[in-house]
Amino acid sequence: MFLTALPQLPFLLCLCYKFSMKLTREEVQRVAFLARLRLSPEEEARLMEQLDKILEYMEKLNRLDTSGVDPFVHATEVCNAFRADQVTNRPVVDDLLANAPAKDGTFIEVPKIIE
Amino acid sequence: MTSAALTLHEASIHLQRRELSSQELTAAVFRRIAETNERVHAYVTLCQDAAVAQAKAADERLARGEISSPLLGIPLAVKDNFLTRGVRTTCASKILGNFIAPYDGTTVTKLRQAGAVILGKTNLDEFAMGSSCENSAFFPTRNPWNTDRVPGGSSGGSAAAVAADQCIAAVGTDTGGSIRQPAACCGIVGLKPTYGRVSRYGIVAFASSMDQVGPMTKDVRDSALLLESIAGPDPADSTSVDRPVVPYRKLLDGEVRGLRLGIPKEYFVSGMQPEVESAVRQAMRLLEKNGATLEEISLPHTEYAIAVYYIVATAEASSNLARYDGMRYGHRAQAGDLTETYMRSREEGFGAEVKRRIMLGTYALSAGYYDAYYLKAQRVRALIRRDFDEVFKRCDVIVTPTAPTTAFKIGEKTQDPLQMYLTDIYTISVNLAGLPAVSLPCGFDKEGLPIGLQIIGKDFEEATVLRVAHAYEQSTDWHKRKPPL
Repeated sequence: MFLTALPQLPFLLCLCYKFSMKLTREEVQRVAFLARLRLSPEEEARLMEQLDKILEYMEKLNRLDTSGVDPFVHATEVCNAFRADQVTNRPVVDDLLANAPAKDGTFIEVPKIIE
Repeated sequence: MTSAALTLHEASIHLQRRELSSQELTAAVFRRIAETNERVHAYVTLCQDAAVAQAKAADERLARGEISSPLLGIPLAVKDNFLTRGVRTTCASKILGNFIAPYDGTTVTKLRQAGAVILGKTNLDEFAMGSSCENSAFFPTRNPWNTDRVPGGSSGGSAAAVAADQCIAAVGTDTGGSIRQPAACCGIVGLKPTYGRVSRYGIVAFASSMDQVGPMTKDVRDSALLLESIAGPDPADSTSVDRPVVPYRKLLDGEVRGLRLGIPKEYFVSGMQPEVESAVRQAMRLLEKNGATLEEISLPHTEYAIAVYYIVATAEASSNLARYDGMRYGHRAQAGDLTETYMRSREEGFGAEVKRRIMLGTYALSAGYYDAYYLKAQRVRALIRRDFDEVFKRCDVIVTPTAPTTAFKIGEKTQDPLQMYLTDIYTISVNLAGLPAVSLPCGFDKEGLPIGLQIIGKDFEEATVLRVAHAYEQSTDWHKRKPPL
């Protein structure tokens, strides 16, 4: 038992830390930036509290020993879906451009990307 | 009685016998919408002019005897996360508020080819994230049985439209219960087919390892009929499975003799409304009386399903929703540089629940947490699937409640996201495992609100699921009751 748990020691330690963890404001801000979401200070505070509660609920998964269980990959049979390398969709350039927030002729205008 | 109250199979017979025209039927449905939609708010967009033209075309085909599908001339509602060419497709989100779909998805293409009349687009929780339709950026849909109650979600608009006779039938999507739970709340039949049974091409992606399209109908026969029309492999969706589409409705023989029904003991725990438990137990006894065998079974990992789901689904959602960047389509904020434009567009475009799920999913996938959350969840998901595989060695179907309570009050759970997530407790495992399941009415509580019975089957055994559901329906008349609108 001791030997089989050994390789997972860092993981177990990390879990012990996580059990006592409270989501910090900095973490909420870091995740919001990763998701490219701007949050108001009120939203940040609310999300910190709500996500903390949800994550605490999810800690129940750590009660389960899943060593030796392969992660789930796909619900049903999987096989390669090959097809001929041919364009089959109708060209709908005008319809697509009609949804662009800003455009110039057949170009979609975007903010400057390279400084 | 208005012809809007007809089932799909009844309306289809009337149309084919030329006792009713598609134009009359479509007009009757639009009249019903005009009379009741102020109270129900099932639709986000109505397509009356196009629908009238489609009905006229259907009548011409009917007159010529070109009847290739029972859907010919039938007015249907489509959830607003299905792309419909030339029609606003919003996902009930401000970020897609003005989005006009440039093409039809596969299900919509199949409905059009069958000659169905598309009435309009129904309301949902924004990006199908929710269990009450209250997360729509536009307005909440109300339950036709009691307009102070939610219709369930996320396909609440489709469920309410079917229950209120604002359409003959509808289609929805189900990622964690979004067809079955609103079907239960509104007293209709909602089927989530096996993962891969129906193409997802042209539905807006939420959680790709679970999203599935399915019928929402007034009875089980309609469900079988509509499934036949939309199921099948699709080269445009590589996850659709190349298996023959069974003539489901021909297999509805009312027979359950010899079938083995599993009753999971983990599904009957505290927190369930007593009337729901007694209605579901009574339904089981009725099936037993009709010749099925009941067996108590165990799905030991049930209690972990919600935690697994809200990691996997939010992780996939955070990735899928990264496409809403305000560049090629959708809402773009007027902001300074590129990053600022992304951040402000998404801030302004997404509602609170969508932001919450993007945050949760991004967190679960972020460096340092991926193993502890996402990978852990996928391992437990494998155990949940294994539970079902074990049980299905002995049982043909599993019978459970669809939801722990009947429809709750509007506003009752909006302040506590976790409480809202827990309403999906009986439906979520089915999506995690990829199995087919149907919800159908099995009674009413003392407030007069419908109760749902869920029947879960083996992979691609929709025929068995529907057969059991149909046999139950034949012995009861819950499905014939209409809300007092």
